[in-house]
Amino acid sequence: MTTVSLTVNGKAVSANLDPRTLLVQFLRENLRLTGTHVGCDTSQCGACIVHIDGKAVKACTTLAVSLDGASVTTIEGLAANGTLHPMQEAFREHHGLQCGFCTPGMIMSAVDIVNRRGSVLDEKTIREDLDGNICRCTGYHNIVKAVAAGAQAMGASSAPARQAAE
Amino acid sequence: MYAFTYHRPATARQAAGLLAKKEDAKILAGGHTLLPTMKQRLASPSALIDLGACADLKGIVRKGRNVVIGAMTTHAEVAESAIVQEAIPGLAWLASHIGDPHVRHRGTIGGSVANNDPAADYPAALLALDATIVTNTRKLGAEEFFTGLYETALEEGEIITRISFPIVSKASYAKFRNPASRYALVGVFVAKRGSDVRVAVTGAGESGVFRWPEAEAALKARFAPKSLDGLKATAKGINGDMHADPEYRAHLIGVMAKEAVARATGK
Ligand SMILES: Cc1cc2nc3c(=O)[nH]c(=O)nc-3n(C[C@H](O)[C@H](O)[C@H](O)COP(=O)(O)OP(=O)(O)OC[C@H]3O[C@@H](n4cnc5c(N)ncnc54)[C@H](O)[C@@H]3O)c2cc1C
Repeated sequence: MTTVSLTVNGKAVSANLDPRTLLVQFLRENLRLTGTHVGCDTSQCGACIVHIDGKAVKACTTLAVSLDGASVTTIEGLAANGTLHPMQEAFREHHGLQCGFCTPGMIMSAVDIVNRRGSVLDEKTIREDLDGNICRCTGYHNIVKAVAAGAQAMGASSAPARQAAE
Repeated sequence: MYAFTYHRPATARQAAGLLAKKEDAKILAGGHTLLPTMKQRLASPSALIDLGACADLKGIVRKGRNVVIGAMTTHAEVAESAIVQEAIPGLAWLASHIGDPHVRHRGTIGGSVANNDPAADYPAALLALDATIVTNTRKLGAEEFFTGLYETALEEGEIITRISFPIVSKASYAKFRNPASRYALVGVFVAKRGSDVRVAVTGAGESGVFRWPEAEAALKARFAPKSLDGLKATAKGINGDMHADPEYRAHLIGVMAKEAVARATGK
């Protein structure tokens, strides 16, 4: 067993874990944060995207014990005081989902794109940067629209992107 | 995954000590090759030595006529580095086209080079730029380092600490990605350093990355896309699989080489 201490959605957590525990397992099974999904479990689909120290990462391909001292944000950490994050709101508004399974990963990815590239995003950039997120319901059309609108809203809202992600 | 013990040294030196002491131990870098392999039970190390806390293995510096990149530097850090973008823009471009954004946030140059996947991008850059791989015990030229499919000259317990790239006058990479895996179906890196030209091909070779001497000769005469007109790479020794047969890949080598030269010369 290995001890690890990290911050998850702003709260300090410590655990004594079998080193095999993947970050996604730790989040879902130990912390009961089930918004982070397991899709392919082979690092392809992006349903498990969370932010580690502000950067989008696949939680199915990261060991929880390797995150001592790190700060993790999951989909549950985005909304503040009962108000959806602008990117969540944009996915709702533009119907950027069908079954919803890929949505937490899509939104965490989208916030990461804004953090890296700013709030004015063209369609090509969004499509390229969503390369690591797969939706199997339908096309990506509304997802791309939602990301563009969410990015704009993030730029306009008083809370800067970084702060919202951490 | 089978069970293992986990170790998190703070320096490369401590990591080397642990590697020597623990039987059947493996290095963990970004984990984006190793962890999927362990999940499939194709690897079952009894101990993982995580280099994630080794600050001495991270970072990018310019040293004279070289860019030196620490083994634990991520693909995203290489892609975004002002030093790399300025000195060897083709290398920054290559790093920005590995996998997807999430893979680039975790995967490292040291892990990619040590793994020597026949479809990985970095090996082509190292071979074309004549990079030096520095380990905890010695220095190796790229030519002697990459020895075959997933094979390198690394010895048991040896750790890559950094990679040193000579700054060349022109360098560029072109990649035909497999749309599903994002790896290179064929990738070609071209580099011109003084009168020397190197063309390295990844994704295609039955035994991994290789140089294309005929293209190098043609480009030495004149470094322009036109010099490659009519030049055909042989399909002998070229990989064939469900994604592409050897003839198709051989054809792609010519197309990608031309694209890389065009990009390097701004044409
Ligand atoms: C979805 C997906 C898409 C990808 N697409 C691409 C792509 O398009 N192009 C591409 O090139 N790669 C691609 N990759 C691979 C990616 O770049 C990996 O990150 C890389 O191959 C391995 O680096 P790592 O840091 O994750 O190493 P790890 O997985 O941690 O380690 C890999 C191997 O190298 C050894 N090792 C690691 N560091 C060192 C060191 N410093 N010294 C000695 N040995 C060491 C380990 O023991 C292990 O055997 C992709 C991966 C995924 C999951």
